[in-house]
Amino acid sequence: MSAAFRLAWRRAAAAGLILVLASPAALGAAQESVADGGAAAPWWIWPPILFVFCFVLGVVAVLAGVGGGVLYVPLVGGFFPFHIDFVRGAGLMVALAGALAAGPGLLRRNLASLRLAMPVALVASTCAIFGAMLGLYLSALDPLLVQACLGFTITGIGVLLLLSKNTEKPVVSKQDAMSLAFGLSGAYFDVGMRERVEWKTHRTLLGLALFIVIGVLAGMFGLGAGWANVPVLNLVMGAPIKVSVATSKFLLSITDTSAAWIYMNRGCVIPLIAVPSIVGLMLGSLVGVRLLSVVKPRLIRRMVILVLFFAGLRAIDRGLSLGLLG
Amino acid sequence: MSGEHDEACASPREQVIYANMLLLGVWVGLFALLLTYTIYLTGLLPPEVPIAEIPQHWHKGVDEFLAVTGGSTGWSWAGRLNRGDFLNYVPFALLGLTSIVCYLVLLANYVQARNRIFSVMVALEILVLSVAASGILGGGGH
Repeated sequence: MSAAFRLAWRRAAAAGLILVLASPAALGAAQESVADGGAAAPWWIWPPILFVFCFVLGVVAVLAGVGGGVLYVPLVGGFFPFHIDFVRGAGLMVALAGALAAGPGLLRRNLASLRLAMPVALVASTCAIFGAMLGLYLSALDPLLVQACLGFTITGIGVLLLLSKNTEKPVVSKQDAMSLAFGLSGAYFDVGMRERVEWKTHRTLLGLALFIVIGVLAGMFGLGAGWANVPVLNLVMGAPIKVSVATSKFLLSITDTSAAWIYMNRGCVIPLIAVPSIVGLMLGSLVGVRLLSVVKPRLIRRMVILVLFFAGLRAIDRGLSLGLLG
Repeated sequence: MSGEHDEACASPREQVIYANMLLLGVWVGLFALLLTYTIYLTGLLPPEVPIAEIPQHWHKGVDEFLAVTGGSTGWSWAGRLNRGDFLNYVPFALLGLTSIVCYLVLLANYVQARNRIFSVMVALEILVLSVAASGILGGGGH
């Protein structure tokens, strides 16, 4: 395969992704046809549909710099005929598998910090259990309530992604006592800048308090929580952006473990849905990493934010039974 | 980059051990995931709930779904591994147990190093994850 052909293929794939992202209405139309055929369609059609859909999601998630779970739950919940209980269960398994797979490489390169992750993981994973139980309780009470809450959360995430401005290397003049006691500092070699970067954290107590909220939301909606982990680690606790992103990804492997067990023990993980989703998203992530060099991540990120707004508003619309968005 | 920098930027020993354990768990889990799903889809082991029936019920909430299909809650699947659908829970459980195993190895390291703060922290995390995995909190009454 020539280099020109490879480039053309990559550009075509990128264009395809942009088209999919730029057209929520097309997604909606596809969902209508899927929902119409829901129970009538043969079972074997679902694994390939989910695989392809999640493959595209995996590519887009990498290009947009967001986790797979945050796209999976609102989009699969909004455009597939599965109950929100099973979407959240599969969403957590998807986020967990992705985080587990990314963890070893990030830890070995010392980008993810085990020491930084451990205290916040303890808080977040404990709260994720309560979030998962609360989410399942609310869902049993009224699934529309969960839909509406999910919609508000997704819309909020869209706003957060739109407005947040991460700091590459925050200035931390003095470590707090807790940060010193936990040894929350380190160093890594930045290959791009060809320099050694030393870091330390501060505001540990405030950071831990915020991870209470993050844990509850992650467990409640099965979203993964990279969208919230990164700003707290970076902007509040003062870890460099690369350490924040890597530690956040690794952190999900612990936070999502506790929530995933609650959903799995409750019977919310259907293999027919979960396995093609996990495999599709993981393979898509691998392709996404390769596509990073030929597409403009900023454009993709803006489109993802647009899609999140659409999915969030649609969930609010459904949750509040407004009927404005179909 | 000097040798001094090399050492300062290198991952701590316990972090490398954790990464190696994690990598092993992920590979075993993903291989098992593909294997058991293939067995499930090809019908090599008969499923407890016929696959064709699942799309007819997955729009229902979990309680209704379980009532209709007799699906698995808690660890009840572990006693029915001769069924293709329940076999799929083995890799899910492997992925869910990976972090707990990694933390157990970490605990041994911290105890050996007499690092009290992290020994307690790791022990608490193992407790939290084990309680979540046990099914005490979310297993339902099936």
